[in-house]
Amino acid sequence: MHRNELPPPNRLPSRSTPRDSALYDSLILRTVSRLMMPLLLLLSIYMLLRGHNLPGGGFIGGLLAASAIILQIVAFGPKTARRILPVNYLLLAAFGVFFGAIWGLPAMVAGLPYMQAFWLPEPIPGVGKLGTPVLFDIGVYLTVIGVTTKIALLLVEEPILFPLPAMKPSPVETEDGA
Amino acid sequence: MIILLAIAIGALFGGATYLVLRRSVVKLILGLILLSHGVNLLIFTMGDGVRRGAPPLIDASGQPPAGAADPLVQALILTAIVISFGFIAFVLALAYRSNQAAGSDDLDDLSTTDRL
Amino acid sequence: MVFHLFIPIITPMIGGALAVLFNRQRVVARAIALISVLINLGYGLWLMSVVPATGPLVAQGSGWLAPFGISLVADGMSALMVMLAALLMLTTIIYSFYSIDEQREHHFYYPLLLLLLLGVSGAFLTGDLFNLYVWFEVLLVASFGLITLGGSRDQLEGGLKYVVLNLLGSTAFLAGCGLVYGFAGTLNMAHIAERMATLANPGLQTVLAGILLFAFGSKAAIVPLFFWLPSSYHTPPVAVTAIFSGLMTKVGVYALYRTFGLLFQNELATYGPWIILLAGLTMVIGVLGAVAQMNVRRILSFHIISQIGYSVMGLGLASAAGLAAGLVFTAHVMIVKMALFFIGGAAEQIYGTGDLKKMGGLARREPLLALFWFLGILSLAGIPPLSGFIGKLILLQVGVSQQAYLITAVAAGTSILTFFSMLKIWNEVFWKKSYDDVNRLPRVPLGLLAPGAALVVLSVALGLLAGPLVDYNAIAGQQAFDRNVYITAVCGADGCEAVYRAALK
Repeated sequence: MHRNELPPPNRLPSRSTPRDSALYDSLILRTVSRLMMPLLLLLSIYMLLRGHNLPGGGFIGGLLAASAIILQIVAFGPKTARRILPVNYLLLAAFGVFFGAIWGLPAMVAGLPYMQAFWLPEPIPGVGKLGTPVLFDIGVYLTVIGVTTKIALLLVEEPILFPLPAMKPSPVETEDGA
Repeated sequence: MIILLAIAIGALFGGATYLVLRRSVVKLILGLILLSHGVNLLIFTMGDGVRRGAPPLIDASGQPPAGAADPLVQALILTAIVISFGFIAFVLALAYRSNQAAGSDDLDDLSTTDRL
Repeated sequence: MVFHLFIPIITPMIGGALAVLFNRQRVVARAIALISVLINLGYGLWLMSVVPATGPLVAQGSGWLAPFGISLVADGMSALMVMLAALLMLTTIIYSFYSIDEQREHHFYYPLLLLLLLGVSGAFLTGDLFNLYVWFEVLLVASFGLITLGGSRDQLEGGLKYVVLNLLGSTAFLAGCGLVYGFAGTLNMAHIAERMATLANPGLQTVLAGILLFAFGSKAAIVPLFFWLPSSYHTPPVAVTAIFSGLMTKVGVYALYRTFGLLFQNELATYGPWIILLAGLTMVIGVLGAVAQMNVRRILSFHIISQIGYSVMGLGLASAAGLAAGLVFTAHVMIVKMALFFIGGAAEQIYGTGDLKKMGGLARREPLLALFWFLGILSLAGIPPLSGFIGKLILLQVGVSQQAYLITAVAAGTSILTFFSMLKIWNEVFWKKSYDDVNRLPRVPLGLLAPGAALVVLSVALGLLAGPLVDYNAIAGQQAFDRNVYITAVCGADGCEAVYRAALK
């Protein structure tokens, strides 16, 4: 079916006019990705929290969450995806690195090697054991989401950060200017 | 098993070498991707489970647990995959940009920085 | 166990993250970069003051036991390199304040510099082979960002070659890592060194050492593997070229020293003559490559290669004295090379071009710049009493005392060629009459002059007061060449194998 023959998308999440550049225009994909988004995000948090003694962890969780967002980019286009989750992904990644790095510091204050783990004595019901490695994992999680989504957004949007002399400088259309 | 893996690694390295020596930037990058896969498989082969038959893990009785694989090579491969993922993304973007700038995919045309 | 050995790694990591977060506030980002580097510099100086007396300092990541966890080891060589990396980064950041345009600063220039420092410091401190690979990738990714930041056609083309050839080198390193693990069953450097001494199968060891020689050789830009360097180094801004010249290839040299001084010391007997041959070829081909060039930074780039030959020669001599001499020379060349890049870059900046034909007459206009350039090239060529003289003298002394007369003669001859090549820049940029009216040019701001001048002054000081540097490096060379010192520091007096067996029980 040609793009223009699609029914007017009035019941879909408000798509910008003129159409946001969805990579793959499909009603099924749009519907499924809308339903999948919360599920994938939930699964990613589950993966994050079970990570310290079962398969999973910040990296896998982060990739899952990023894939949820990238699914939105594919189905609805980058602008809509940015509107659904208005996050500056680069700053998210930097914050993740910062957050992950500082939780190794308490050990150094105590005169122990960097990243020596501290655990709460009792596991918290529903969440499991908590300690500084979990917090470090959260930092990894945020970093992976930020970096992966940022790569996808940059590849889709192709902002011209440094215009070539031959090119016409076009204003960058990202809200974080990167 | 080890013979099969050795053949696969050899094929990956050979194909990668062939692609890297092409003049096209895209094929060059495909060669790099293939090369990283080959190296990952090589590291996998170095795991004790494949090479010597038992991982360097023992349970309380001093025996290697049944069905366990060497976790270290998996960790190494995971790290290497993550790193090559980031680099391939970067190289693809760089090649795309340099194609825009130079208007060519041919490495022979990308020699302005080597001229006197 | 020294728990604070992580500081040179944590500081640029947290600093880099903060610099990204505060990137919009230019002053804050600059201040963060400056403070992080100063912390590293202070810590590096402290390490240098402590390590010769105490022997290598060791820390274990997360407190995991030595052959199992990741160790951080600071011996004399590491401490010197950590300090130098921070010092050179400090000058680069100051130079960048006055030379980097706002757009680059906006696109995370300072975080990338800190990421580079993170990778370099990590590579110098780690005691784990795979961890070394990871740090190499960290510093590579930072250098990729820095070399292409700005995205002009030259940068993209040069960057593509730089990236692809460096990735090939990294892949070889990764393959070598995997094979070493398969062979030795461990990745802790001390443990590998111990097992290499006991495991039979010398043929395999030779192959492994060869793979790592290829990998690190391509990072250090020794002769058949240097092509990425001159085709890319002159494209980014001056500050970036300068810090690359000071750090990137030297990390490769450090890794070669570590590999052959610690892991594969037995193989040094096999590879020594070949390394000497490569060193000689590197010296001569590097300096001859510079002859044909007519661009300030391209000439200097070829000289980087030539100087790497001297550093590698120290390794090829296969003795503690050789390593010590190589270290003295490497320290000297890191400082002087960057100074020359800064000064040549400042001249390039005021002319707006690095083409020698279009420059000239700067000696009258900028006498201070000319003076420091002249001192710098004297030092690079090895004229007494500058630091280059000391560095080369010690190398030649060791070469003669080990009857390596040919390489010694080549090294001495290359010095003369180096001086001629540098005089070319002197003549063209500073001495000859300018075609244009020089007085129309902008003056060199103090910020562009000061970093290079400070490094030249440091070189003069190191030449005049060479005693401490030479003594320090004699100890550092011994520590780097004595495997037992390293193994004892990491795993205790019984060695890693004992800890390993005890843990298995």
